[in-house]
Amino acid sequence: MINQDNPAGSRPAAGPLPPSLQFNAQGRLRHLLTIEGLSGALITEILDTAESFAGMNAQAVKKVPLLRGKTVMNLFFEASTRTRTTFELAAKRLSADVLNINISTSATVKGESLLDTLRNLQAMYVDMFVVRHADSGAAHFIARHVAPHVSVLNAGDGRHAHPTQALLDMFTIRRHKGDFTRLKVAIVGDILHSRVARSQIHALNLLNTGEVRVIGPKTLLPAHVEDLGVHVFHDIRAGLRDVDVIIMLRLQKERMESGLLPSEHEFFQLWGLTEERLALAAPGCIVMHPGPANRGVEIDSRVADGPQSVILEQVSNGIAVRMAVMSTIMGGSVNQGAGA
Amino acid sequence: MKLLIEQGRVIDPENGVDQVTDLYIQGEEIVALGAPPSEDYSPDRRINARGRWVLPGLVDLSARLGEPGHEQKATIASETRAAASAGITTLVCPPDTSPVVDSPAQIELINRRARQACGVRVHALGALTAGLKGQQLSDMAALKRAGALGMSQALRPMGSHLLLRRALEYAASHDITVYLHPIDWSLAGQGCAHEGAVATRLGLPGIPEAAETAALGVLLALAAQTEARIHVCRLSTARGAAMVARAVEDGLPVSADVCAHQLFLTEMDVADFNSLCHVIPPLRTLRDRDGLRKAVAEGSIEAICSDHQPHEADAKLAPFPATLPGMSTLETLLPLVLRLAEEGVLPLPEAVRRVTAGPARILGLKVGTLGVGTRADIAIVDPERGHGPGPDNWLSAGRNSAFFGWEFRPRVTHTLVAGRVIFELQARQV
Repeated sequence: MINQDNPAGSRPAAGPLPPSLQFNAQGRLRHLLTIEGLSGALITEILDTAESFAGMNAQAVKKVPLLRGKTVMNLFFEASTRTRTTFELAAKRLSADVLNINISTSATVKGESLLDTLRNLQAMYVDMFVVRHADSGAAHFIARHVAPHVSVLNAGDGRHAHPTQALLDMFTIRRHKGDFTRLKVAIVGDILHSRVARSQIHALNLLNTGEVRVIGPKTLLPAHVEDLGVHVFHDIRAGLRDVDVIIMLRLQKERMESGLLPSEHEFFQLWGLTEERLALAAPGCIVMHPGPANRGVEIDSRVADGPQSVILEQVSNGIAVRMAVMSTIMGGSVNQGAGA
Repeated sequence: MKLLIEQGRVIDPENGVDQVTDLYIQGEEIVALGAPPSEDYSPDRRINARGRWVLPGLVDLSARLGEPGHEQKATIASETRAAASAGITTLVCPPDTSPVVDSPAQIELINRRARQACGVRVHALGALTAGLKGQQLSDMAALKRAGALGMSQALRPMGSHLLLRRALEYAASHDITVYLHPIDWSLAGQGCAHEGAVATRLGLPGIPEAAETAALGVLLALAAQTEARIHVCRLSTARGAAMVARAVEDGLPVSADVCAHQLFLTEMDVADFNSLCHVIPPLRTLRDRDGLRKAVAEGSIEAICSDHQPHEADAKLAPFPATLPGMSTLETLLPLVLRLAEEGVLPLPEAVRRVTAGPARILGLKVGTLGVGTRADIAIVDPERGHGPGPDNWLSAGRNSAFFGWEFRPRVTHTLVAGRVIFELQARQV
C-alpha cells in the first residue's frame, strides 16, 4: 500500500521531493502540507469556499453531505485541543467519519516507527490524515509514503508549517480589511519557533500584502528571516507604527530556560502588546493571536478582550476554513456544497 | 607474480609524473617505470591501460564500516568490496564504533576482519578519551602500539578545553596525530541543518557557522600552545577554511580535510526535507562550498575524504530531524574528485594528490605514490567509460547516497593492492 510517489520509480524513498507533491497530475490540490507552492488564486478560492461554509455554520442544521462515507483520521503526535477540535468539527459538518488518535501516548513510545504506525492506520481505509507532529517535515514525510488515494493535511509540523492556521488568519483579515495590497501586517514575538508565523508570512506574500513586518529580539528571529519577505524590527514601537493588523505569537515558557530571554516580565515590558502600544497602529487595526494566549506575557488582557481583538473570531473561522480545505482536497466541488 | 600495466597515463603527483608509460610490478612492489627493471623481466600478466589513467590507490581518511556494533548497516567485508570497486586501497575508520575503539582488542578485531576481507588496507583511529566520553584520556600509547594511526574524539564532545589540552600534550609526547572535528557542540545544539535561509524556511533547527569557527579557534590556539600535531576533520565553512589556511601559513602543525560531498552539495539540496542530505557537519551555503574548493585548490586543505557512513534504509525513513546523519560515499569519492578537475577547480594531478599522497602524508603512511620500491597499490581508471551510480550497481550495504542519478564519466576498471588485482570491472558492469 505504500506509494513512493516518485515518477522515477526505482529509487529508494528518501530523496528530493517532486516539486508538485501537494498537487496531483491534474493540478488539483491533493495534500496541504505548506503554503509555499500554492498560488494567490488558490488561496483566494479556498477563502471564498470558506466564506460559503461560514454562513452555514450559523444555521440550525450545520451539516452538508460533501464527505459522506469518507474517513478522516486526526493523527496527533503532539497535544492540541483547539486545533484538533476544529478539525473534528469541520470533518463532521462535512459528514465524514472522524477518528482521533493521540500517538504521543501510544505506539511510537513502544518503539514502533512512524512508517509502521502509518501503514497500520492506513490499512483501516482512511481517506485523509490530519497530522500534527513535533518534527519539521513530518507531514511531507507522511505524504510521500501514503497510498495514492489518501490525502494528508498538515496540522502543524515542528517549526515548519501550519497552513490551515495561516489560511484562517487570512480569512479573518480579509473579512475585516478586504484587499491585502494596501495592508501593513506585523507579526510579533517568537518567530524562530513558530510554524504559524512561517505559514502566515508565505500566505501574506502570496496575497500581495503591502508590507509584512516581524518584531522581536534577535534571539527569537531565525537566521535570514528577511529572505522570507519581511521587514525586521527589534523595537515594537517602530514596528507597530501605522500597521493595520497585529499578530501576536505565543511565547513558550521553555524559552527563558534556554537563554533566549531573560524573563517573561522583561519580554512583556519590551514586546508585550498593551493598549498604549496598540494606539501606535493605524486606526481600526485588528489584533490577532493563534492562541492559546499568555495574558500578561505577550498580550495584555485589556487588549486580548478589547474591541480590536478578533481572537475568538479566529477560532470560529477555523471551522469554516478547515471545511473549505478538506472539501477542496477531497474533491467535492464548492457549489455542490454550501451554495446549494 | 609479475604484472605489467602497459601504456597507461601514469599520474603520480608526489613524484611529478604524468606521462603515458609502462609500469612494472613484481611481488608486492612497483619495480620500474618506463623501462623494464631487468632484461629478463617477463610478466605473468599484462593489463592493457591504453587510454586509461593509472593512479596511486586512493587513501580515504574516514570511512565508517559498520563493524563492530552496526552490522545491520554494513560490514568490513561489504564496505571494503565497495571501496575496492572505487579505487580505494587504504581506508581509515574512526573510533566511534560500538564498543568504541579504546582498547587494543578492538583494533585487533578490526584488523582481523579486514584481513579476511578483499584486501583493502584498513586502519583504525583510536579513541582520544576512554569510551569517547570526553572525561578521561584513553590508553593512547597502547592503542598506538596495537596499530592505531592516530587518536580521534569522532563526533563526541570533549569535557573541557583543559582536558583537550592535556590530551594533545599527552598525544604529542607519543608522537601521535590527533584527529579532531571542529564542532562546538553547545553552539550546534539540536541543530540538523545549516543555520541559514533554507533551514529558516523549512523550520529546521540550525547549526551556525560559528559552531565550526569557534571550535577551530580553540583547536588552533591549543595547536600553537602545545605544538601537538592536529588534523582538522571535515571542514564545512569558508571562514573555517580560511582560518586553517592562515594557521598553515603561520607554520602551525595543522592539516585539514573536507569530504567530497561538501564540495558539490549545499543547503539547497536539503530542500524539501531530503534526508539523504542530512549530514554532520551540515551542507552549507554556495559561498562556503566555493571557499572550501578554493582551499582545496590552494592546498591548505590537503585531503579529500569520503566520510562514508552507510545506513540501513530505516535510518533515513523518518521526518528529517529524526533521521540519522551521514551518507554512503565510498563509491562517489573518486568520481567527485575527478569532477573537480573537470570543472577546472584544480589540475588533474593535484586533484589526485588530495586523495592519495595528501592523506598519506597526514597519516604518515608510505602509500599514495607510484614510486619505484613502493607497495603496488594502484587504481586504473577509464576516463570515458561513463557511470551513473544507482541501486543496481552499488556495492556498499548503505544505499543512502544523494548522488544516485548523477552521471560521471570516469570509472575504475582495476584496483590493485600490493600487486594483487582485488577488483576488476567486468564487461557487463558498464
